[in-house]
Amino acid sequence: MEVSFAHALMLAGILFLVGLFTVSSRRNLIMMLLGLEIMLNAVSLIFVAAALRWRQIEGQAISLFVLAVAAAEVSLGLAFIIAIHRRSGSVDPGQLGKLK
Amino acid sequence: MFLILFYSLAAVILSATVLAVTRRNLVHAVLYLVLSFFGSAMLLYLFGAPFLAAMEIIIYAGAVMVLFLFVIMMIDLSHLPEVLFPVSQLIPALVIVGAYTAAGALMLAGDPVAGRRLSPAAVAPGTFGEYVMTHHWLPVEVVSLLLLVVLLGALHLGRPRPDNDSGGEPERG
Repeated sequence: MEVSFAHALMLAGILFLVGLFTVSSRRNLIMMLLGLEIMLNAVSLIFVAAALRWRQIEGQAISLFVLAVAAAEVSLGLAFIIAIHRRSGSVDPGQLGKLK
Repeated sequence: MFLILFYSLAAVILSATVLAVTRRNLVHAVLYLVLSFFGSAMLLYLFGAPFLAAMEIIIYAGAVMVLFLFVIMMIDLSHLPEVLFPVSQLIPALVIVGAYTAAGALMLAGDPVAGRRLSPAAVAPGTFGEYVMTHHWLPVEVVSLLLLVVLLGALHLGRPRPDNDSGGEPERG
């Protein structure tokens, strides 16, 4: 018996939804960024699984660039979080409007 | 063998990720996520992308998560503890995630395109590198430009400001 592509799709889909859940329900900017990273990891997983299913290297090349963009985006996001913390003293997105 | 490895790796990745997002302590969350990324790297290796598996360990688990740990340890987050999963945010998030999971499962059940079995194959790193450098050389250059932009942005955001003492030399008494 072999693994069907649908199972890989479900795994990556559930991983993506876990990341989405993190971004939408944690009140901490660092955890929201972590959720973004989980989502990007799920996306690169599904591109590689699709490359395996359709036997093309293209999916792996796309996944490489997704990885690079994710690394770039997280470094800038963390620089933002540090600047926000310096300016307002908290990383709670709900508080950011009040501590002006 | 492929079957056993895939399902056990899937279990590790999902449980580590779910544990990571439900921790109150941020360092614990990052460490569980490192575990999840190691599992993802093994899954990428299983799907025939050894170069990408190595890149995921080096970049994601090795650079991005370490950067997270630096920032978490630099910022003092002990004054106001985070309200963990307030109900007004938790219920809509759970409803949306549940709806998408159900929709995805319904779409995939009995789908002939998605039901095709995966048979193991692998791409040698040399072949992959040659493919990327010949067919996708322009995105590689654009990514280097993107990294330059990110470097400039991070330097600008982290510059020492006149009203705080970060980035300056230690004061002499």
